[in-house]
Amino acid sequence: MNVISASLADSATMVRRNFRHTMRNPLTLFNSIVVPIFVMFLMVYVLGGAFDVGTDYVDYATPGLIILTIGYGIGPTATAVNSDMTTGFINRLRVMDVSRAAVLNAHVFAIILRTLVAIAIIIGVALLMGFRPSASFPEWLGAIGIIVLTVLAIGWLTVASGLAAKTPENAGLAGVPLMLLPFLSSAFVPADTMGPGARQFAEYQPFTSIIETLRGLLTGTPSAGSAITAIAWCVGLSLAGYLWARATFTKRA
Amino acid sequence: MNGSAIAASGLRKAYKDKVVLDGVDLHVRTGTIFALLGPNGAGKTTTVNVLTTLLTPDAGKAVVAGHDVATQTKAVRAAIGVTGQFASVDDLLTGEENLLMMADLLHLPKKEGKRITDRLLDRFDLAEAASKLAASYSGGMRRKLDLAMTLVGQPQLIFLDEPTTGLDPRSRRTMWEIIRELVADGTTIFLTTQYLEEADQLADRIAVLDQGRLVAEGTADELKRRVPGSHVRLRFTNRHELDVAARVLHGSTKDDEELTLRVPGDGGVRSLRALLDRLDEHSLEVEELSVHTPDLDDVFLALTGHESKEISAR
Repeated sequence: MNVISASLADSATMVRRNFRHTMRNPLTLFNSIVVPIFVMFLMVYVLGGAFDVGTDYVDYATPGLIILTIGYGIGPTATAVNSDMTTGFINRLRVMDVSRAAVLNAHVFAIILRTLVAIAIIIGVALLMGFRPSASFPEWLGAIGIIVLTVLAIGWLTVASGLAAKTPENAGLAGVPLMLLPFLSSAFVPADTMGPGARQFAEYQPFTSIIETLRGLLTGTPSAGSAITAIAWCVGLSLAGYLWARATFTKRA
Repeated sequence: MNGSAIAASGLRKAYKDKVVLDGVDLHVRTGTIFALLGPNGAGKTTTVNVLTTLLTPDAGKAVVAGHDVATQTKAVRAAIGVTGQFASVDDLLTGEENLLMMADLLHLPKKEGKRITDRLLDRFDLAEAASKLAASYSGGMRRKLDLAMTLVGQPQLIFLDEPTTGLDPRSRRTMWEIIRELVADGTTIFLTTQYLEEADQLADRIAVLDQGRLVAEGTADELKRRVPGSHVRLRFTNRHELDVAARVLHGSTKDDEELTLRVPGDGGVRSLRALLDRLDEHSLEVEELSVHTPDLDDVFLALTGHESKEISAR
């Protein structure tokens, strides 16, 4: 068996393992959608009536909620990666000459699958609440593309911080900023309505360009400018997370 | 094969300015059990990590299963199996799934993997629990599953890092039995332990590690001969009897407050009988008698001049 097919076979084995973890622990999926759904109710039915965003509020807020969902879904991955490291599971695999790529890729792959399922549920709930996307088929593909890219970036950062954390508890905390950052973006109100400081922060942080891109695609008014910024952020963060994860994996025996 | 499973010389490893391994030489013959004995923090796990290719030493050379750990990593890994200090089983998989996962990662054909899995489950009395999640296993069962996972690859040399730490006495005996069976099948075992008794029970040769240095090496008997800790302790009911006993039993030391007498001896039946005869001869009434064999602390005290105190941080 050559190196590449061995690595693919190992990746498949590890993906199967992570998939079983999710199926046996359905709470991880439930946890990742319960808060976003609550926030959606809060924003659309309680607070949103007071916001003037120029369109139906549910249409405005859904792209932000989709991104918010990603942040709420990563906790279990950070903890799982960390316990693989601290219980010696990864050392066992290293001695078996299982490729490092297989272990880490499987975690990232699992987080992407799980998040896509969670997002599908969120979009379903949004549709029930009156969300009416006007995206064409290619725009939907673009929307899925930007979502996957975002999960990829966040997934690699999560895996890396899970590897680097000293304990599973610490690893679980790694996701907190990612849960909070979308609130300080244009997810729920346009950035130019915010106060000074917050506005600049919102305008330049990665989630705003990602959410703007997604919103443009879903409402049928894509903007190339924010798309390029968003893709650049995603690719940059993915690469940073990947390199960080790789270095930590090699260093910690 | 020259009969040498592990040959290491001058292994050194330091983290920043903390020296963990300070020139360790090891030689383990094929088909034997070798025990690395030492307290927490002595460098046992670091030694295992170096010999199993997980850690690169700062200096020194190690040849494991005939291959250099530094340059022939793959060949070394193919020949060895490692069971770490903590049972690294996947809690959310069943016992059977854990074993099948190992078979998949070794790229064994499906049928072969299933066959080996079934055999190992039977052998380790895990067949009944095979379809239960490992999270529900007891400590002893987890260790057995952990070792079974290592055995899927049929390694010729197995590293066991503190295989019985934290196990109850019964599980510990079961683990000892399993280890003996493995060696009977021709496998070489390198184990680390904090328990002299464990090394004594299992190992053909024992090396004592202290603060990154080997302070002694030999068979269990050789080591114990170097330890003066073996003695018989007698307690008397009154001071007079104690004094008489101290006079007639040469080399003994008495403790006036406790009314006890410490008599050096190997604790064997013959010397014990001689001791009792001598007490009878002088019509001495002994209230209590106990035989003390050296434990790790005695060995350490004798070999290093300090207690086997735990050193923080591994």
